[in-house]
Order: sequence, then C-alpha cells, then structure tokens
Amino acid sequence: MARRYSMVAAFAGLVVAIQVATYLAGAPYHLTQLTMTAYYSLLIVGLCMLIGYAGQISLGHAGFFAIGGYVSAFLTTHDLAAHKGLRLVALLQKAGMLLERSDLYGGSHLVVHPWLACAAAVLLAVVIAYVVGGPVLKLRGHYLAMATLGFGIIIYRVALGTELLGAADGISEVPGFPLPFGLIISGNASVRVSNYYLAWGLVILGMVLLLNLIQSRVGRALSAVHGAEDAAGAIGIPTARYKLNTFVLSAAFASVAGVFLTHYNGGIGPSEASVMKSVRYVAIVAIGGMANLWGALLMSLVLNYLSLRGYFGTFDDAVFGVILILIMLFAPDGLLRRHILADLKRLASGGASDEEAA
Amino acid sequence: MTILSVRRVSKRFGGLQAVSDLSFDVARGSIKALIGPNGAGKTTLFNLISGFLPPDSGEIYFGGAPVHDLPSHQIASRGMVRTFQHIRLFPKMTVLENIMVGRHVHSRAGFLAGMLNLPFTWREERRIREKGQEIMELLGIAEHAHTEAASLAYGQQRVVEIGRALACEPRLLLLDEPAAGLNMRETNGMGGLIGKIRDMGITVLLVEHDMSLVMGISDEIVVLSFGQKIAEDRPLAIQKNREVIRVYLGDDA
Repeated sequence: MARRYSMVAAFAGLVVAIQVATYLAGAPYHLTQLTMTAYYSLLIVGLCMLIGYAGQISLGHAGFFAIGGYVSAFLTTHDLAAHKGLRLVALLQKAGMLLERSDLYGGSHLVVHPWLACAAAVLLAVVIAYVVGGPVLKLRGHYLAMATLGFGIIIYRVALGTELLGAADGISEVPGFPLPFGLIISGNASVRVSNYYLAWGLVILGMVLLLNLIQSRVGRALSAVHGAEDAAGAIGIPTARYKLNTFVLSAAFASVAGVFLTHYNGGIGPSEASVMKSVRYVAIVAIGGMANLWGALLMSLVLNYLSLRGYFGTFDDAVFGVILILIMLFAPDGLLRRHILADLKRLASGGASDEEAA
Repeated sequence: MTILSVRRVSKRFGGLQAVSDLSFDVARGSIKALIGPNGAGKTTLFNLISGFLPPDSGEIYFGGAPVHDLPSHQIASRGMVRTFQHIRLFPKMTVLENIMVGRHVHSRAGFLAGMLNLPFTWREERRIREKGQEIMELLGIAEHAHTEAASLAYGQQRVVEIGRALACEPRLLLLDEPAAGLNMRETNGMGGLIGKIRDMGITVLLVEHDMSLVMGISDEIVVLSFGQKIAEDRPLAIQKNREVIRVYLGDDA
C-alpha cells in the first residue's frame, strides 16, 4: 500500500522537476508538448490496463480517443441558432447548458457548454465500447486484434468522410474547457504552466485509480482471467464481463484524453483516429512492459514527447513500428523489466544469449 | 439427500457420441468416483456438469435447481467448483494470491469500489487474506505463501489448486484426476486430503485412474464405457462386476 503511493509521489516530484527545469532553462515552450504528452499518457495507461492486466489487445483505441475529441469538438463549435425551435435545444438553453460564442468575424453562435459536450462524448465512447466490446471480446489473440483494427479503421473513415466533422480538415476553433477557480484547459501561452499541471494531475489521478484497481479483488480476478481463463470461470469469475468492463474502462480513459487534448489543441483532425496512432499506443504499452503501468507511463512520457517535438522527423510512424518489432523480438517483457542488468552482463560475456534464443 | 442429479445427459462431437443418455445421482456428503477406460467420456461429463460444455440433451440438477444451461461461473457461484486434469494455476501469482482469487464469489468489491479504494474493501481484503492463510495452513502449504505458484513441485501445485477451490467454500467439489502425475506417497496424501474434505461436509465427485485411490476412498463408483454407464455400485461390488472386468481387461478375461 505504502509503496503504491510512494511511486505516485515520486512521479509527481518528477512532473514538478520537469516544469522547474524548463523554467530554469528558459524554455517554457517545451511544456506545450509535455502537456499533450500527458493526455496521450492517460490513454496509454488505460490501454495498459486492458492489454497488460486483462490480457486483451486493442488496435482501435485511437478510435475511442477520436470519438471523445470529435464529439466534444463538434458540440462546442456547431451553431445551434438555426435549431432554436427544437424542444431539446430550448430545454438545454434553459438549463444553462448552451453558450453564446462570437466567431472570428463577429457573428454570434449558440453552442453546447463544454462540460455537457465532454459528458456526451465520454458517454458515447462508453456506449460504443460496450456495443463493440460485447461480441468482439469473445475473440482471442490475433482475431481480437484484427476485429479492433477493423473498428479503428471504421472510425477513421467516418471522421475522414463526414462533412459535418470537417472531413480531411477536422474541426478547428474549439474553445477552451472552463474549470472551477478560473482555470481553463486551453493552449493559450498565458495558461501554459497551469495546463501542464492540470494535465499531469489528471494522469496522476488516473494512475491512482488504476493502481488501486490492480491491488483490489477485481485486479486479482483480471490477473486470473489473463493467466488461465477457464480456471477463472471455474471458481466463479464472470470472465466475459470482467474483460468487457476493462475494455470499456480503457475506452473511457481514451475518450477523456481525446476530449481534453482537443480543447487544449483547439481542434482535432482525422489523423488522431488513424490506425497508426493505435499501433503507436500498443507499441508504447509493449515497450513499457505490458503489465507495468509505470513502465508504460514513463515510456509514454519519453516517446510521445520526442515524437511531438519532432525528433523522429518524417519517420515518426516508422519509429513506432520499428519499436514494436524490436520489442516483440528481443524484449517481449518490455524495456524496463527487472532483468536488464542480467541481460547486459550476458551481452558482455557474449554468445550466451544466442544459446537461449535457440 | 441428493446434491447432484444427472438425468439422461447426452453429448455428441461430430461422429463421436461422447456421452450417451447418462444418468446418476450424487448423495450429499459422499465421495463418488467416475472411472472408465481412456475415451470413456469422463472428462466430457465433467465439462457438462461444470458448465464448460452445454449438453445436447438431458438435465443436470444441483441442489435441486437446474444448472445445465448456466455458464460455468454461475455454477461455481452456486457452490459447485472444479479442478482440472492439467493443473491450471494462475501464473505470475503467488500461492496466497491464487487462493485469494478463490474468495471471489464471497466478496463483492467491484470496479468502482476497487478504483476508489473504498474503506469497506479494506476489511474485505483483510478477511480474504485471513481465509487464504487459514486454507494454506489446513493444507500444509503456508510456508510457500509468497512463492510463485507455478514454481512449486507438481504435487504441491495440485494441492494449491484444491486450496483455491476450497476457498470458494463449495458444497460440491469436482476433482478431475487429482492423482494424475503424483507419486505413490503423494497419491496417498491426496487420498487423505480428499477424505478430510469430505469430513468438512463437502461432497466430492472425482474422475480418477488410480484404482487403489478410487477403491480406498469412494463411497460409490460409476463406471463409464464409450459414453455409457455400465455399472454404478459400491467399490467392492464394482471390483466383482463381470461387465466392468470385461471392459477393463478385454473379452477373454
């Protein structure tokens, strides 16, 4: 128990240290990519729960991210003025759930309040996860991978092909997300530091929830399902429901990440829904060590940051593909596994590792 | 008093009639054994009873209620728990954790309670741990509590698997070849353990090849051959049954 939270405290310290370092180095603009990294990390740790603990793969999580982002973006930008006659619109306006917004050209728009938009986005993602997950999670191994891949492709094509969602351009001019105490989730440089802490605060909250879950009755049951599914069923664990719940939970994490990153960036495009994004997320979970939330989080921090800063250049997606291949071949337990010293010793002594591979 | 009643159950796999119109009862508090040559349908029957396979026809009643169309986890939560011929422990979990998973149906913390680490779960976790400890002491494996279960000797792994089943507090325990892969000393120990389980008030139904074990501990024996019941009686009578002898030793015997 104590160890669980001491890691959280250490990580919070790291978050603060990074901010202080950017301040001292006079390079606060790094915080922008680090904030975006935080939201991707939220998706990553949720996916890690699904892959590493429940033992189910998903190559479609960019889809849930995109559902969150697109729904929230659409609702907070789409002008409802023309639909004022509709009962639902009138009702929402009365409940204070609609906002007047002025656009670039001075025109006035009537849009949905970001809170309601966020709730609707996450709810939709959860419902879709339930509907898709029910039948799809009956599949195993590469069949499950292919089915979730198919789901991801559908979401991508829908985003790309729907005029209302901006087609290839996506949705822009998405407003900031207002929070209590005058805080706002927005990419505006004046709130860069507060947004950095908000984003990582959210990640830390997500980590605490997942770490608690892993140590709970449900976490044990998930390990059991992962380890020997029929035996888990034989002692009364409803394996299908536990897998589905974890799938939905990870989809909820992904959609929340999608909502907030979209409000932070002020927009979202179809590339966020692309299959390459899903592959990237799986690659990061894999390099972090599958059943290792901290490993996934640290790898997400490093790799997403490097990617967003453009260190991988035009080979961005290729880098993650290569990572996935190398990890599967040489370190299926992830890069941060405990035996890393032993590996180095073996490499130093030479040859022994080949024997083991054979 | 009957705890389990199998009535006219059949199961076919393609051209193979694995279980054919089979009926028998298990009396509460007894030890009953299913024996028969390889391929007689014993494991299929176990899978039908425990909900791992649906029967093509026939009914299975547990404690008076029909269970033949329930999924395995619901059957387990009603108090019928099985082990496997090939031990299925949860890898990467310790002996204690394996047994703690067995408390699943007797605890209730769900996803939300787990994530929020609600206070009632702390008490529940403590009780789960205590019960796990208790079972390990009963089975004499407490010293291995924090050992990864998969790294134990085979015989001990089997004891852990039974401990995990006992943690469910079953009313009926199904043991699929509990002595498979055990040496003679371990087999004797297993016989003692099964007797002890029965003395705890748990009914036992087992599939077993080891005749000395079956004859020594069973109250009643059902003999299967090609999916059909050819005999059902007390051990001594089974040993003298001409049909059983013919099936086991061939026509010339």
